[in-house]
Amino acid sequence: MTKIHVSTTINGDAHEFLCAPDETLLDVLRNRLSLTGAKEGCGTGDCGACSVTVNGRLVCSCLVLGAEAEGAEIATIEGMADGDDLHPLQRHFIDGAALQCGVCTPGILVAAKALLEKNPDPTDEELRYWLAGNLCRCTGYDKIIRAVQAAAAEMRGA
Amino acid sequence: MSLDEYRKREFTQVGTRVRRPDGVDKVTGRAMYGADATAPGMLWGRILRSPHAHARIRSIDASAALALKGVKAVVTAADFAVPEDDFTRDVQDNCMARGRALYDGHAVAAVAAVDQATARAALKLIKVDYEILPHVTDVDAAMQPGAPVVQEGRVQENVPKGFSDNVTAHFEFGHGDLDAGFAKADKIVERSFKTAATHQGYIEPHACLASVTSDGKADLWCCTQGHFYVRTLCAEILGMEASQLRVTASEIGGGFGGKTTVFIEPVALMLSKKAGRPVKLVMSRDEVFRATGPTVSSSSDVKIGMTKDGRITAAQATLRYQGGAFPCGTTEFGTQAAFAAYDLDAVRTYGWSVMTNRPKEAAYRAPGAPVAIYAVESVVDELCQHFGLDPLDVRLKNAARKGTKSSYGPTFPDIGLVATLEAAKAHPHYKAPLGPNQGRGLSCGFWFNFGGNTCVSLNVNTDGTVGITEGNPDIGGSRASISLMAAEELGIPYDNIRTIVADTSSLGYNDVTDGSRVTFAVGLATIKAARDAVRKMCARAAKIWGIDEEAVQWKDGAAVPAGPNAGKFPPMTLAEIAAVSAETGGPIAGHYEVNADGAGVSFGVHLCDVEVDRETGATKVLRYTVFQDAGKAVHPDYVEGQMQGGAVQGIGWALNEEYIYGPDGRLQNPTFLDYRVPVASDLPMIETVILEIPNPGHPYGVRGVGETGIVPPLAALSNAVSHAIGLRMSELPMSPPRILKALGGS
Repeated sequence: MTKIHVSTTINGDAHEFLCAPDETLLDVLRNRLSLTGAKEGCGTGDCGACSVTVNGRLVCSCLVLGAEAEGAEIATIEGMADGDDLHPLQRHFIDGAALQCGVCTPGILVAAKALLEKNPDPTDEELRYWLAGNLCRCTGYDKIIRAVQAAAAEMRGA
Repeated sequence: MSLDEYRKREFTQVGTRVRRPDGVDKVTGRAMYGADATAPGMLWGRILRSPHAHARIRSIDASAALALKGVKAVVTAADFAVPEDDFTRDVQDNCMARGRALYDGHAVAAVAAVDQATARAALKLIKVDYEILPHVTDVDAAMQPGAPVVQEGRVQENVPKGFSDNVTAHFEFGHGDLDAGFAKADKIVERSFKTAATHQGYIEPHACLASVTSDGKADLWCCTQGHFYVRTLCAEILGMEASQLRVTASEIGGGFGGKTTVFIEPVALMLSKKAGRPVKLVMSRDEVFRATGPTVSSSSDVKIGMTKDGRITAAQATLRYQGGAFPCGTTEFGTQAAFAAYDLDAVRTYGWSVMTNRPKEAAYRAPGAPVAIYAVESVVDELCQHFGLDPLDVRLKNAARKGTKSSYGPTFPDIGLVATLEAAKAHPHYKAPLGPNQGRGLSCGFWFNFGGNTCVSLNVNTDGTVGITEGNPDIGGSRASISLMAAEELGIPYDNIRTIVADTSSLGYNDVTDGSRVTFAVGLATIKAARDAVRKMCARAAKIWGIDEEAVQWKDGAAVPAGPNAGKFPPMTLAEIAAVSAETGGPIAGHYEVNADGAGVSFGVHLCDVEVDRETGATKVLRYTVFQDAGKAVHPDYVEGQMQGGAVQGIGWALNEEYIYGPDGRLQNPTFLDYRVPVASDLPMIETVILEIPNPGHPYGVRGVGETGIVPPLAALSNAVSHAIGLRMSELPMSPPRILKALGGS
């Protein structure tokens, strides 16, 4: 299969890659660009572990083709911290023990950040419905909800 | 003296909520999980799976696949020797079908190719000639004489005649005179229950990277709950010596028991051996559902007699578990656990292990106990309802306590059930008002907990910091807990300690991360290794001071002279002793190796409120509180996390999760869309109350907390739903269609 040449921006850096027409953005990120923070939990858009944003829109990168990244601005978990400074969400996830195994954490952080950019002060119910596409099997979500709300409060105060 | 370890003490660090050492890696995407590793020259593996529930494999023709450009190896069962012992052969046959495919999704061949697309294309070129055989997937049907037999020759000697050869084992536990007990009852309730198989549902599919070299050495990187056990199994299956196979556990993306064995690892090693290159093998979610261990499905009968004042006079349960296409290892645990919460004069449990054409079961959090205790706690609730008795009072009246001869044999030492029940009774949740179509349910839960083989090294670095090397994959914050216990014992700050999970070549054998054993057993070994290092540091100080070793004690992180003839010397801190270690005898390290017993059993009580929508049959969990005995909560955040996570897995089991098989024996819902685990919007906050009744078998009183939390939700939800709709539910999951059916029939 002839590969497609794609020019894109990921976490603010210019990237070029070749990918097959049927290759997912997730496979490109993980296998071609070594950005393995996004995880494949299902490959069918049901678990959210591969969440990234494409031009600011939250997507499951397993349901996006690599070729669709042409000219786009992509943000992944690897770009969330500013150097050594963790994003408030990242900090509150550690402080609030909002992760156990941590494999869903990158997707949940990306999704939560996307919500807080639209809605800085969500109710618990809004937050729970927003994160309904991100499965966590370890925590029962309790500490995740608390950590996101703590980060949101800090970000509103900042 | 396993029950004489505990000493009461004031803690300065244990019990605090410190930051976990792997936190930054895990919130930045840096943590390396099973599928995140690569190697130079790496190939991609992929597995061909049976589309049939039961079929003889007449032939496999892989010539076209091997001829495809980029394909480097094909593996089938013919590449493996047949192990002599049943257990290893079952593990191997489950990894690669030998002669017969025993369930939908059973592996029949594997390829390694230069990329994933080529590997996928190669699978389509492998021709398997199947002869389809009759199949059975239901536990009760599989027991009947004349049912399709999954495997011949697996029946244990104590199984009575008259059943299908799918019935492989029979267990019986209990004591007392049942007939006399039932004769004393004012009311006897006898009910039957069914539960569907559920999957552990870890978000990370199984993944590994295998590299075998031509001189017979091998490296394996994989997500597992126990890399030493992976080494044992893979070395046996591949015919290797353990020393030549180094297994490194990646970060693990959930396990819950499901990653305590091997599925793809021996296949990846064989592919690498044949191809002469490293091979990465990653399961899809479809493969995880179809071919890795779900837990059992069950069918059970429970009969309990009670006096009108709430004393249980006799109790009996028959539990039938199917564990897939191989003899089921879960039945015995469930049979033992069923009545563990009760102090009974007459009790008997009977367990039956049954094979079906389903994937081989794997452990799932307190294996066997949730479905057994679901049935028991449902009948206890019905009896309470019948007499109008308070369900917590009845449980308190019959509760197992110190000195109780348990329903499975041993006599209990200090246990926390009564304290847990009393905490539930005193909690505001228990008295909170309920609205229409709402109901409240509760259930006790229990798990044995485990200790096991454990080996820890503790290295005192010359800069005064400490490195701990342990061998159990960290599945939920255990490195933080282990560092905390070492900090407590050594008297140095938590942040000066780093705990790592070593590979199999760096440490003695460690049992799998299972049985809620890690904080207990690795914690115990860490404390003992720290004490070993402390002894050595005291000896170094004695040498420097020129006094007897016995005249030196360890206090607040420093050696101090003690006793009448010790003399007066200023304390030497750990850092000061470490800094001069080269002059006093060389490096300082503590070690401890043990096959730990004394893991204290753990009890919990769950309270839940639900509301049932009578039009849709949907159940909403309104409020949920978990009460559990942790012995000592080393890191309370992660103890609460185990309680919350276990509760929510149990809620999923009770309300939605189920393996659904069609008449063709194929799994109909192998996706997270159709196999519905709880999502954030399904749930309320999960309140937690930690009880601390010290385990006499651990220096700090620690009990395992990982498994008990999944046990009570099944009955707690069922009892709550039964009260909300005024009908006794007896089948899980209580999915909306099942509730509507129950309501329609009323």
